Amino acid sequence: MSHSLTIARETLLDVPGLSEAQLDKVMDRLLSRRVDAADIYFQYARLESWVLEDGIIKEGSHSIEQGAGLRAISGDKTGFAYTDSLEMSRLLEAAGAARAIAQAGQHGAQGVAGRNAPVPLYRPINPLDSLSEEQKIDLMRRADAAARGADPRVQQVIVSLVAAHDIVLVMDNAGQINGDVRPLVRMNVQVIVEQNGKREQGSAGGGAREALDFFLADDRALGYAREAVRQALVNLEAVAAPAGMLPVVLGPGWPGVLLHEAVGHGLEGDFNRKGTSAFSGRIGQQVASPLCTVVDDGTMPNRRGSLTIDDEGTPSGYNVLIENGILKGYMQDRMNARLMGVAPTGNGRRESYAHLPMPRMTNTYMLAGEHKPDEIIASVKHGLYAVNFGGGQVDITSGKFVFSANEAYLIENGKVTRPVKGATLIGNGPEVMGHISMVGDDLALDTGVGTCGKEGQSVPVGVGQPTLKIDQLTVGGTAA
Amino acid sequence: MTDSEQIARLQGIVEDLLAEARKQGADAAEAGVSAQTGLSVTVRLGETETIEHTSDNGLGVTVYFGRRKGSANTTDLRPEAIRESVAAACRIARYTSEDPAAGLADPELLARDVPDLDLYHPWDIDAERAADVARRCEDAARAADPRITNSEGATLYTQRSGFVYGNTLGFIGGYPTTRHSLSCAVIAQQGDEMQRDYWYDSSRVPEALADPAAIGRRAAERTLARLDGRRLGTRECPVLFRADIAPSLLRSLFGAIRGHAVYRKSTFLLDQVGEQIFPDWVTVSEDPLKPRGQASAPFDNEGVATRYRELVSAGVLQGYLLDSYAARKLGLQSTASAGGVRNAHISSSGESFDELLKQMDRGVLVTELMGHGTNMVTGDYSRGAAGFWVEGGEIRYPIEEITIAGNLRDMFGQLAAVGSDDDIPSSIKTGSWLIERMTVGGD
Repeated sequence: MSHSLTIARETLLDVPGLSEAQLDKVMDRLLSRRVDAADIYFQYARLESWVLEDGIIKEGSHSIEQGAGLRAISGDKTGFAYTDSLEMSRLLEAAGAARAIAQAGQHGAQGVAGRNAPVPLYRPINPLDSLSEEQKIDLMRRADAAARGADPRVQQVIVSLVAAHDIVLVMDNAGQINGDVRPLVRMNVQVIVEQNGKREQGSAGGGAREALDFFLADDRALGYAREAVRQALVNLEAVAAPAGMLPVVLGPGWPGVLLHEAVGHGLEGDFNRKGTSAFSGRIGQQVASPLCTVVDDGTMPNRRGSLTIDDEGTPSGYNVLIENGILKGYMQDRMNARLMGVAPTGNGRRESYAHLPMPRMTNTYMLAGEHKPDEIIASVKHGLYAVNFGGGQVDITSGKFVFSANEAYLIENGKVTRPVKGATLIGNGPEVMGHISMVGDDLALDTGVGTCGKEGQSVPVGVGQPTLKIDQLTVGGTAA
Repeated sequence: MTDSEQIARLQGIVEDLLAEARKQGADAAEAGVSAQTGLSVTVRLGETETIEHTSDNGLGVTVYFGRRKGSANTTDLRPEAIRESVAAACRIARYTSEDPAAGLADPELLARDVPDLDLYHPWDIDAERAADVARRCEDAARAADPRITNSEGATLYTQRSGFVYGNTLGFIGGYPTTRHSLSCAVIAQQGDEMQRDYWYDSSRVPEALADPAAIGRRAAERTLARLDGRRLGTRECPVLFRADIAPSLLRSLFGAIRGHAVYRKSTFLLDQVGEQIFPDWVTVSEDPLKPRGQASAPFDNEGVATRYRELVSAGVLQGYLLDSYAARKLGLQSTASAGGVRNAHISSSGESFDELLKQMDRGVLVTELMGHGTNMVTGDYSRGAAGFWVEGGEIRYPIEEITIAGNLRDMFGQLAAVGSDDDIPSSIKTGSWLIERMTVGGD
């Protein structure tokens, strides 16, 4: 038994005094109608956050979330109930409410064909205790000092530090029990700079499934501070961004939010089973330029978007979504995989025990190509070079997506020249992917900052890409 | 449990929390506790797809040791979790800094009584009947036109909640609320093109919800209207934000006058109180005590009594949105804004929607905004959008994949009209906004 599973069993079964026989009884109740699949998901989560502002440690907060979610599936129908109490009576009551979705009769639930045993991708640690309080505060103070010391125009610095310890245990209808201990840390530095009455902001940060000393290594925390100041100062000089259709070069790493919006969501199994995605029914077809190979990879050690097992107990995978421009497959949870007659891909995720799982991304990125980043920029006569982004959004049915640049430059005659103000970029997923004409050799992943929202549920994700060129994309500046 | 028993139970938990905080050495403390149960039923393509029984508890406690504070929250209301939470908050307070602005609300601002705002109207409905309502809604959408070929379903959601807040100044108050909503999203197909849109209604009172079939038909109409969308050439032109998306512009205003943004100097409306930020016919108000209001509350999240207030009068900014902390940072008094603006309203300049189209004559009617391209420090605004091209004061054809850009300062200042068409289900009441000139990005 893996160390994670041992910890999960102790925390979620032994402490509340639940035996496996009792779990079987709850599962029997869930399966006592015409149910095709069922699961019970236990969660114990602790989160601690600190905020430094005005040079003082202003806020600290501790949060506890725990409970169990019970789900019964019959065909494509789902019944769901949850409880914050792990007492038998409450679990049985929730099981009774969840199974009501199914008609009376015999259950037809089958075990899920086994994938390989999960390989642990992170240490089963509690990051809340991974530094002393004094060390946490010192870390934040040093980031504050680094930001203020970087430039006299820095007026305000806000540093946040978050550590989360998430222990989950999931039992499926075959009685298989899987568990995972998921550490997650995140740090962010936000600055306001002022020059001649003009103000701008900058923000930088990172995170991982690690202990808090992640931020001490390689001077990461100080790097975030300097990066936030650099960005804010660049934006002080920014001129109006252009408006209209332009060639756009995207930098490596976090600009991979392009892939998350332009293709990622549209390749989630639920939308494709229902036929509501612009990519529905297009497996085997060309949906991007032949230079594009896009994967969703939950198996990268210690990364924010990685999972040893997903929230249904399936080990995460390295799933090729698009290979040389051809659509290869969708991301699946167990229900959608079963209904579409394919294997689950380890993408069944949920925000917490109080939410239903659905197909979600992990770390989504494009593989490297062969061009040097300099060559790519040099190939553009007049265009936009965007290196940093805020969030994005997609309408998966029409394929329209946006993402908002917050650090961008003009390219004039093959050279990066002036910084321009933030602007939203808009396009149609399959169309824009078809306009990718150069892919760099500099694949990078983001620093561990991504959070994805879908149907009101947030989960941590990663994105990445090499430098790439899109021949035409609509840029939403004010300089018409 | 009846609503009054539920409130009494939550009051007991708040009292225990405050007592536990005192016992663990806190000089002062405040706590809020909520408990919510609900039922969400989705029908898709005529069949019940999901039945979800929701049950969410939340408890938040903040303790003060002098001017140092610590907070904790939990979804677990059992006594052991309460003790653990208070202990965690007290431990954190050992490490936070002395902050002169920290502390409970000023005692003289606390609500003295808790008026009944008529917010509790439970809907005694089971999953089967809820599915019937959702099915009527989706059926109407699907029957509206043969081009409605697919559906994301219709969802009926009903919930009842109780909320109690108390602090060591002796304030304790609570009240029950209900919320019911019905929404529907469908897909229209024409050739290779697919479009999706939705409609919904939301109310404190089940009987006040719009007719399910009317919601479904409106979802279908909105979806069908998007078919055959064209792109548009890049240009400068007037933009009309339809009423159902106009609340997002008011949310930008509220974000810019939040006390926390003001003391951090991270807003484009810094030092603008007393200045003209809108044309002189504009009044923006909030009415937290509105009976049955979707965002009504008799006191804010710190126990401060709420009241009707004008944020903008005759186009002039009257004040900020202040909780106790931001108020002290700025040397001002709380405006009962802990928890946000409640039941906001912007005055109309009197034109109907059709009159606004005529007034605009030639420009873009925006009916959807995408993305988060708003820089609150500078006011720079750049969003993805879809809508309709208007010419000769009439809607000509749908447009998509465009951007609209400007600066919120200018957009507020150049607000040409706000329509009388404020019949939208949002807690922010506004008609459509006509803005004289923005940059539209397209081909």
